[in-house]
Amino acid sequence: MSIAAEQATDVRARGLTPIWTCAAVVFLLCSLAIGVLAGPIDLGVGAVLESAAAHLHIPGFTSSLTPTEEAILWQIRVPRVILAALVGAMLALAGATYQGVFRNPLADPYLLGVAAGAGLGATIAIAYLPEGLRGQRALPMAAFVGGAVAVLLTYAVGRSARRERDAATLVLAGVTVAAFFTAWQTFVQQQNAETLQQVYSWILGNIPSTGWSDVILILPYVAVAVVVILALRRVVDVLSLGDDEAASLGIDVRRVRLALVVAATLGTAAAVAVSGLIGFVGIIVPHAIRLVSGVGYRALLPLSVIIGAGFLVLADVVARTALSPAEIPLGVVTAFFGAPFFALVLRTTRGGGS
Amino acid sequence: MLRFKALVTGVVVATFAVLVVGAAAGGASPASFPVTIAASNGKVTVAKKPRRIVSLSPTATESLFAIGAGSHIVAVDDQSDFPTTAPRTSLSGFTPNVEAIAAYRPDLVVIAYDPKGLSGALGRLGITVIHHDGAVTFKGAYQQIRQLGLVTGHEPEATRLIGRMKSKIAGIVRTARRSGGGLSVYHELTPDLYSATSKTFVGKVYAALGLRNIADEADAVGTGYPQLSAEYVVSASPDLIVLADTVCCGQKASTVAARPGWDRISAVRTGSVVRIDDSIASRWGPRLVNFFRAMSSALTRLRQ
Repeated sequence: MSIAAEQATDVRARGLTPIWTCAAVVFLLCSLAIGVLAGPIDLGVGAVLESAAAHLHIPGFTSSLTPTEEAILWQIRVPRVILAALVGAMLALAGATYQGVFRNPLADPYLLGVAAGAGLGATIAIAYLPEGLRGQRALPMAAFVGGAVAVLLTYAVGRSARRERDAATLVLAGVTVAAFFTAWQTFVQQQNAETLQQVYSWILGNIPSTGWSDVILILPYVAVAVVVILALRRVVDVLSLGDDEAASLGIDVRRVRLALVVAATLGTAAAVAVSGLIGFVGIIVPHAIRLVSGVGYRALLPLSVIIGAGFLVLADVVARTALSPAEIPLGVVTAFFGAPFFALVLRTTRGGGS
Repeated sequence: MLRFKALVTGVVVATFAVLVVGAAAGGASPASFPVTIAASNGKVTVAKKPRRIVSLSPTATESLFAIGAGSHIVAVDDQSDFPTTAPRTSLSGFTPNVEAIAAYRPDLVVIAYDPKGLSGALGRLGITVIHHDGAVTFKGAYQQIRQLGLVTGHEPEATRLIGRMKSKIAGIVRTARRSGGGLSVYHELTPDLYSATSKTFVGKVYAALGLRNIADEADAVGTGYPQLSAEYVVSASPDLIVLADTVCCGQKASTVAARPGWDRISAVRTGSVVRIDDSIASRWGPRLVNFFRAMSSALTRLRQ
């Protein structure tokens, strides 16, 4: 009890400091600015600012962009930047949450099978739903259900091992479930070769240029997830110490953990549904913040939201502009930078313990 | 990328081989066997006229029926949906099962894709395999038809078919060039904006019609199939949009017009969004003429 309390105090000491908050917010704002200004079509910084001012009804400003350029800026680029920010924020937050709740520094949304489940759900929707129903709403719903089922299954398999404390057990359970769902998905795909292309495109993560509709679609999921998880952010710190310690501090461990997992799964499934599989964001961002600032979950979670948003916006800028006017799948960009970083994290955590 | 290279190499090899074989076989009677051709899987000798053909290539299925060899086809793959009289089975050309193919007791199997040593496995069972990879030139496409004619004993029909295709296409190109010159085109393979450049087979159709392909500028890597950014397509504002993702992904003029910013595109404003059957746009067989005709009539409408 006393040790737990001590550790809890220790954790409280590493809270959100103004410096890190400012740094994170500045990073996000810069990313958003770069995201809006950079693209395959050069609109000009001045013209974009004028257009923004005109859209905000600031008197004295009129947009000098042509109608086509206006459409490119406001109907394609800006919504895509915002969508990237939402997806990045959600994936980083979910990754950080899973790491805390499951006391596993290497847990990310995909290791627990949510993406494999969401992938299966989306594949089934693409393959079997009649064309009329296969619209904007059905796909995320199917992906969400698939993702939720997969995580619940992972959790159940992990628990059945009766070695909940062992982080490796849960990762193994996730790997098992993910493999099972992926196999199932591949089978469905093979049986429906005509949908192969669509499923493949969906799996190869990217932020789609679908305008505001996808933003509106995932906003509620992401908002709910962010609110729930951030409201419980102090509890995650305590949970990360151990179930007994958390219970001794009067926390209903099972209920809180369920709320956190459901919120993270909900948001991740929604993000995965619109953007496919974007690897490593859930690992890179929380660990980068932890390595640099050494904060506890109570600060890590909100910082993950901000940095995650900025990171994915920048990654999407690379995806959009590196081979402009062609695109690179975003999942390729994040994994390309993420994989070496992940190796670094592995080396670091091996030395210092987690 | 690798596959593309293999494809190019295959077609080039096939081209030369047919020239040689064609020259050698020039004087012989059309139905003389054995006959040797050079396909994508190397030199293939067909000892006698095949009686039981299995086609796992939708393009070859169309060609075989068009040259009158259809009566000897005992099975075609699940994607061979044209002509409708073809004996369609559940055999797959993408994930083929050697035993299932062998069960039809074929003496000739035509494939467009050779995964996991399919041709080798069939060869060990004593079954002759012709691998005709995707053509990248019209010449390559004609040569595949001619080869199919040679090995099935229908060479005169194949030669006539090629002649008909060539003259029809030449006629279409003559008229279309007058109306299509200088216009730009965007060929859509998937709703996430994968396109095809002028160096692909389908792209060569547009090039022949004198159209400027907006995907050409985007192919820095040289795959021939770049994924375009939406901003670029809107800004390039193509005069003609050809949707080859109608069957797979249900795309049509209204779904294209509903995409953000796409209402600014010239083709959307003038109603020049053409749907083309995915299978016509992705095969390199006799219905190449239909593709040319569809594009030509779209251009005529566009000019009015």
